Amino acid sequence: MGSLFRSAEMTLCQLFLQSEAAYACVSELGELGLVQFRDLNPDVNVFQRKFVNEVRRCDEMERKLRYLEKEIKKDGIPMLDTGENPEAPQPREMIDLEATFEKLENELREVNQNAEALKKNFLELTELKQILRKTQVFFDEHEGGTNPTESMTRALISEDAIARQSGPVQLGFSEKHYDPEEYYPCFVAGVILRERIPAFERMLWRACRGNVFLRQAEIETPLEDPSTGDQVYKSVFIIFFQGDQLKTRVKKICEGFRATLYPCPEAPADRREMAMGVMTRIEDLNTVLGQTQDHRHRVLVAAAKNIKNWFVKVRKIKAIYHTLNLFNLDVTQKCLIAECWVPVLDLENIQLALRRGTERSGSSVPPILNRMDTPEDPPTYNHTNKFTSGFQVLYDAYGIASYREMNPTPYTIITFPFLFAVMFGDLGHGSLMTVFAAWMVLKEKPLQAQKSDNEIWNIFFGGRYIILLMGLFSMYTGLIYNDAFGKSLNIFGSSWRVSNYNYNYTQSVTDIMLDPASEDYIGYPYPLGMDPVWQLSKNKIIFQNSFKMKISIILGVTHMLFGVAISFFNHTYFKNRLSIICEFIPQVIFLVALFFYMVILMFIKWTKYYATLTDTPLGPRCAPSVLISFINMVLVKDTPYEAVCETPYMYAGQGGIQMFLLLCAFVCIPWILLAKPIMIMRSRKETSQYSVTHNQLNSATENGDAEQPIHNNTSQPPAAAHGGDGHDEEPMGEIFIHQGIHTIEYVLGSVSHTASYLRLWALSLAHSQLSEVLWSMVLNKGLTVDGWTGGVALYIIFTIWASLTVSILVLMEGLSAFLHTLRLHWVEFCTKFYSGNGYAFQPFSFELILDSASQSKEE
Amino acid sequence: MACCGPKLSLCGLIISAWGIVQLALMGVFYYIEAVALAEDLPEVHSYETLDDFYSQMTRGYQQNAYNCWIAALLYLITMAISAHQFWLNNRSSLSV
Repeated sequence: MGSLFRSAEMTLCQLFLQSEAAYACVSELGELGLVQFRDLNPDVNVFQRKFVNEVRRCDEMERKLRYLEKEIKKDGIPMLDTGENPEAPQPREMIDLEATFEKLENELREVNQNAEALKKNFLELTELKQILRKTQVFFDEHEGGTNPTESMTRALISEDAIARQSGPVQLGFSEKHYDPEEYYPCFVAGVILRERIPAFERMLWRACRGNVFLRQAEIETPLEDPSTGDQVYKSVFIIFFQGDQLKTRVKKICEGFRATLYPCPEAPADRREMAMGVMTRIEDLNTVLGQTQDHRHRVLVAAAKNIKNWFVKVRKIKAIYHTLNLFNLDVTQKCLIAECWVPVLDLENIQLALRRGTERSGSSVPPILNRMDTPEDPPTYNHTNKFTSGFQVLYDAYGIASYREMNPTPYTIITFPFLFAVMFGDLGHGSLMTVFAAWMVLKEKPLQAQKSDNEIWNIFFGGRYIILLMGLFSMYTGLIYNDAFGKSLNIFGSSWRVSNYNYNYTQSVTDIMLDPASEDYIGYPYPLGMDPVWQLSKNKIIFQNSFKMKISIILGVTHMLFGVAISFFNHTYFKNRLSIICEFIPQVIFLVALFFYMVILMFIKWTKYYATLTDTPLGPRCAPSVLISFINMVLVKDTPYEAVCETPYMYAGQGGIQMFLLLCAFVCIPWILLAKPIMIMRSRKETSQYSVTHNQLNSATENGDAEQPIHNNTSQPPAAAHGGDGHDEEPMGEIFIHQGIHTIEYVLGSVSHTASYLRLWALSLAHSQLSEVLWSMVLNKGLTVDGWTGGVALYIIFTIWASLTVSILVLMEGLSAFLHTLRLHWVEFCTKFYSGNGYAFQPFSFELILDSASQSKEE
Repeated sequence: MACCGPKLSLCGLIISAWGIVQLALMGVFYYIEAVALAEDLPEVHSYETLDDFYSQMTRGYQQNAYNCWIAALLYLITMAISAHQFWLNNRSSLSV
């Protein structure tokens, strides 16, 4: 029962595991996820631990799996995610897994290498094909010899050069290696990256002093670079020149620009023959390439079926060995000793898990779980479910609760959406929010399985229950405010009648004010919330402001009093009587005497005065302003009043009671400030005197162990670590300073926090005004179009209005209202009782480890 | 034939579902001549007598009621198109 309002009771345990059974036991505990292990060898280097070899092997396996996964993703093969959760495999299975991964990786690497070589081959052949095709054009032009340059080239190519070229022509790329020196070619042909062409041309021109002639043509289709897989654009070029010297120079330049040179026969017939050969080789290569791809695909598809499973297994093994590394070896090396935090309520489950682990490993010696005493603060562990976890996160973000401190989450489930809805009160916007959240809640399972890595979506999805409640509460407050997209709904019939307006009156008056003193009001109110007629009246804002401001203060003071009340339960739980007397009681008196009294004044004002009783002491002119009365009460000043009212007060004896309350409040300040430190000082003096005498006594009966109290750690809350008694080591001066700060914070805080709750009114006003403006500035334009075209205009303008409503009013205003609510809880509510000095319980759990692993992978 | 992407068609679906519900309801409210909507009527320019004014207002209410229902019908069509597109997108993404 206590688990809902406080964090779970924890205990430190010592665990003795037989070395053979350790692995299986830890694996079972990981599945259970309720144990937080402590590092028992913090001064040992990571590389000197016992199971470092196994961890390294797991890392290696993980690397191989990642490589496989990358290849699978590259091919776009869907990975089967069955969502099944295989158990951590036995240590001996690790070797099998390693062998499988090794084989797969090697196979894949080989296939990839082959594919790369083949692709390189393919690229060369395609380039050669392109050269043959393009140079054909050059040579054709050259045969035509129409322009002067061409004829010059022709002149440059001597007859005997052609004759010498009649050597045997080989086909294919291997030919590239043969030495063209012996043929004395007067041109070279090759392929170069397109962006290098201009530099290449300039370089050739300069280095050869204009004695070479370059022709180039672009290859239209991009070619695939086999090493990087990029698509690159290349150009074919052909260079004509004369002489050996020029040739070496040209070749060097080509090399420098990483151009690939290919042999190109001079004679057209040879070229044609060569082209044919190249074509057949390309076709052959294509079939081989296709087969290689098929093989690779088959290997990857087979791997994709299991890869998620393998990942889970490897990660589990790794986590187990990491945990085992935290353990201590005992002297005999026969067993491992672990220390862990466990929730007391779950000890049974842990024992069961350990027994299962022992059975699985076939060991005969059961593991021993020993509770230990410790002065340390245990971690804070709140049992949550999918509904409460969202709310718990709100407080964990502020600060993890101290161990066994009151957990405000259960109350927040109601107060948070309620305060939000006070600021976001609109039936229409609330229902939009509700529909969205309800969809997320209903489709919970499939949406959860999708595991999106969109951060914003994950925030919304994580808070789906908060959003659902916020939406429902906003619908309720919207009904009370009678606001739906800025319009009112007249469900029960208004309580106002407009009967005595004649024609001339309506002509002259543009805005109508509602006056409850007139006969327009029929005497009894609208049954639910605001009367719809306020929407059309001019004094709507004046009326609503005063109403909403009062409501905000009433809610705020109640909320703060509630926070102070929770601190009472903290003090009683930690048996801190001093804090109850010296902090809790004066705090309550201070808050009640000043601010709760103001709330009472509001109710008196609401119930006592009537608009119809003009010129009597209960008339509207005599209702005193609550704020001014309050200020004058604190400043001890008289409130001015009119003669009709007879008195500035609301009830008899108000002046005296106010004086008394003020005195009470002021007495509380020194009470909070001084009482506690003085009490501590006194008790310290006493104990020091006592201990002197006690020590003398003790020395006499030194061996009397029976007198020592037996510590039963679990049944007794660790009061010593918290509250007033925990100041043992603190010097007196510091206690005084802390108490001073605490007092100032509380006294000034009560004033500023009460004022801070006015944000409830301010945001609510802003929201209703914004929605009204949006309606009249946008949707109104569509509604006032005359005639049948109005339908189409409305169709278009409604879309604009709807998107603005969602983006500005629901999303932005919702976010701002959410943040203000969060602030009200963190600052105004939490400071009254929450210390938040704890640290979170981080159990060793496979679920968490796998989740975080898959998260980090996607980033 | 899919001419809208998955996001656009989803957006169309949501807006048209909202539009149908709200505009149909607003049509009903105009039809019963809700006072809250009196400001959202085509302006009455000139009138001789009070009865004339009332009849013009009533005509405005009727007109706006029909306009709202027309817009709701248009949204019904939008919804049908978006739903078809959404279905097409879903099917094509599944088949790949």
